Amino acid sequence: MELKETTDQFYQPEEKQYSYLNLGPTHPATHGIFQNVLKMDGEVIVDSTPTIGYIHRAFEKLAERRPFYQVTPITDRLNYCSAPINNIGWHMTVEKLLGVEIPKRVQYLRVIIMELARITDHLICNAVIGVDTGALTGFVYMFQQRELVYEIYEEICGARLTSNIGRIGGFERDFSPKAWEKIDRFLKEFPVVLKEFENLLKRNRIFIDRTVGIGGITAEKALNYSFSGPNLRAAGVDYDVRVALPYSSYQDFDFVIPVGLNGDVYDRFMVRQEEMWQSLSIIRQAIEKLPDGPFHADVPDFYLPPKEEVYNNMEALIYHFKIVMGETDVPKGEVYHAVEGGNGELGFYLISDGGRTPFRLHFRRPCFIFYQAYPEMIKGSMLSDAILTMSSMNVIAGELDA
Amino acid sequence: MMEQALQDKIINTIKLKFEDQVLHTETLYDFLTITLRADKVIGIIRYLYDHPDMKFQYLTTLCGVHYPELQQIAIMYQLHNLYNNMRLRLKIYLPESNPTVPTLTTVFQAANWMERETYDFYGVLFEGHPNLKRILNVDEMIIFPMRKEYPLEDQIRQDKNDSMFGR
Repeated sequence: MELKETTDQFYQPEEKQYSYLNLGPTHPATHGIFQNVLKMDGEVIVDSTPTIGYIHRAFEKLAERRPFYQVTPITDRLNYCSAPINNIGWHMTVEKLLGVEIPKRVQYLRVIIMELARITDHLICNAVIGVDTGALTGFVYMFQQRELVYEIYEEICGARLTSNIGRIGGFERDFSPKAWEKIDRFLKEFPVVLKEFENLLKRNRIFIDRTVGIGGITAEKALNYSFSGPNLRAAGVDYDVRVALPYSSYQDFDFVIPVGLNGDVYDRFMVRQEEMWQSLSIIRQAIEKLPDGPFHADVPDFYLPPKEEVYNNMEALIYHFKIVMGETDVPKGEVYHAVEGGNGELGFYLISDGGRTPFRLHFRRPCFIFYQAYPEMIKGSMLSDAILTMSSMNVIAGELDA
Repeated sequence: MMEQALQDKIINTIKLKFEDQVLHTETLYDFLTITLRADKVIGIIRYLYDHPDMKFQYLTTLCGVHYPELQQIAIMYQLHNLYNNMRLRLKIYLPESNPTVPTLTTVFQAANWMERETYDFYGVLFEGHPNLKRILNVDEMIIFPMRKEYPLEDQIRQDKNDSMFGR
């Protein structure tokens, strides 16, 4: 002891030395462009400062210059893991503004597409949780299945990742027999793979050790941070927009909202896992109950007429021209429409002044809102758990930065 | 669609304590919207949060809107009661030249980044905010880009004529 006092004059036992670690912006383990400056005490995180905005593309400003139908491709790029939900959410917002009655068949077809999108979203998140805990196998299995869903999108709208699916009023064409065939194939193959994936991780000792009690948040805190979607449900609050404010005939289907208990990584994983099963059940119900009828609503001001009519019919030509040039009249109004997106309540707050473009369009992006709780959730945990917490929250950079 | 009786109850509850603060109430589509005076808005939200019948304890979203003709910037707060599934939108109008409002982070932690975003795009100053700085744009930016006076594209471009497209 005496020796220390004489040799190391600057040694102060009560003052701790922290090191700073720059995690990101382009770190392979963060699945997107996020920067976190972590204040570390050895391997333990003491504090963190997130920086966001690396892929900010000014969507809200862009939307103020675009006719309504041209805003749809912007919404693709919010949560690009479940782009069809964003597209359809936007279509429904405009339909609400216009007061359009949507045929039952369109609503059911939309439910099928949105649930497929939810499956792809949850599937990526859960597969990535597996990767971050060291299990790469499940990831590969799951991604093969994602491919099948993308083929279904391709059959319906021609695009895969950024789908731009449907139109204001419905779909551009009815589902082809090929599309139905692909949906059937997915419904047959996916449950087997999902079950296998679940068996790999659900009761896996290593997985449980890595995920239980990690990155937890209480229900009170989650609500105060305005969590929504699977992250809120994992904390034990049964709030789901599909049930709270049903849209697109979700009230016709019978499904369960899974809730967790602790809001930790394991609960989030299990909630997403169960939601995929529920989504499969909803798709089956929708196919079973699918009514006949038109595949789009009667909104000539917004829905492009078929090509043959454009060439042969004056009225159709006028409508075509007006729609493409964005010259259709829109009522003045202020409307908010929310859908249950891949990771929470995705809201569109639209103010129209009667012009050709939105006067103001605000996206309620669930990622942006719940990511601010991240520093609090990782405080006191290990660095590797911080990575796991982020992937289990399913933070999508596109939605975060808009 | 929220029932009329329920809407009246919300309005009356606010008016009971903040009679002079309510400027206007209307239902926009399915959403009850109440326009308030700016000075006591945080107090009203806190009151709605604590009130046993109201319990608006979930902040759905918060954003700014610029009205150039009025020379005002509106702030929209959307609250949600998850117990009874009631939704409410509160709007306040601030002068464009000096938009200042107390922060909502004292009630909802979620308001932190939402207010930073509103500051970033509209220049609204939230008094008492713990960390009011730009969030999505670069720190060096000197304008508030969502304000209507800043056009999306460079207006002095000669090579592009979009007048046919209404812009």
